[in-house]
Amino acid sequence: MSQSDLTMGTHLSVPERSSPFAMPSKKLAMWLFLIADAATFATCLVAYGFLRNGSLNWPTPFKFFPTVVNTMVMTFILVTSSLTMALGVRAAKMGDQDAAYRWTMLTAAGGSIFVLLHVHEWMDLIDEGVRLSRNPWGNALFGASFFTITGLHLIHVMAGIVVLIVVGLRCRGGRCDAGDVEITGLYWHFVNLVWMFVVPLVYLLNVSK
Amino acid sequence: MVLTNRQDDRGAPYGGNPGKYLLVYFGILVLAGLQFAIAYQQVNVTAALFRMFALAILEAGLMVVFFMRLGAENRPFVTWIAIVTLLVLTIMQSSWPDSYRMERDAPPNDRSPGYRTGPSQ
Repeated sequence: MSQSDLTMGTHLSVPERSSPFAMPSKKLAMWLFLIADAATFATCLVAYGFLRNGSLNWPTPFKFFPTVVNTMVMTFILVTSSLTMALGVRAAKMGDQDAAYRWTMLTAAGGSIFVLLHVHEWMDLIDEGVRLSRNPWGNALFGASFFTITGLHLIHVMAGIVVLIVVGLRCRGGRCDAGDVEITGLYWHFVNLVWMFVVPLVYLLNVSK
Repeated sequence: MVLTNRQDDRGAPYGGNPGKYLLVYFGILVLAGLQFAIAYQQVNVTAALFRMFALAILEAGLMVVFFMRLGAENRPFVTWIAIVTLLVLTIMQSSWPDSYRMERDAPPNDRSPGYRTGPSQ
């Protein structure tokens, strides 16, 4: 028996160690990622708050229609997609792959509508003259901070949609991994949770009364 | 260490029921609606921000506990997550006092020698 055989044999005979916190390693990794991502978003929001608080001419351009109404619809869609995601995870955990596929795809559809509404809103603002370095209303940093925060969130939603479609299609093909659906759900709920903080700070504090 | 797919079968037992999810869903919608209502109250920005953020924290709590099922995870993990997250988010709040500096038109450190304090004459 060669040295490599001995080494390999030793390697394979090592008993499986229990994962930290007695949870699947993929799930733990997702939670760690979410903590890091929470710090990223919190940094952006605190920086935004700092700028807004420290500026004497921060614009408050958002009218009830269309911006605030659009934000209401986007919020409704995201919260509803969280419900469909939770039901998808439940179905996957219970072994109902067809239901898991349906709920996951419904969640992806909700996310897609959110993206379309968001892009439409961006286009409206760009038409009104809002750019990264200037805007017609006041502090020049308004556009940069608005597009950075909502853009970062939008990228997260788009990434989530791609993952949801991939995971959903695996369920349709009978290769559904309940653990994958669950960690995708964790990510999706987190993205929606972040939106609950983006809305007040970036939109609702800037409504024109 | 040999990792196997069996790890996917461990973790919190699954007991989510649709009725509870619906309750949480409507609860979050109501809280989100209140945020929009506060935006049109005649209060100053700071008061509005605190009220909206209080509601956002409640919404986030509902989402984390019920939809993300943190409430069903084991206690050491929940404690660890809570400590790490709160620590990071709390430290970030240290910059707020400085954001009022421009409002007062004062330099970063009012008492630094060589700096004139207060509004320029």
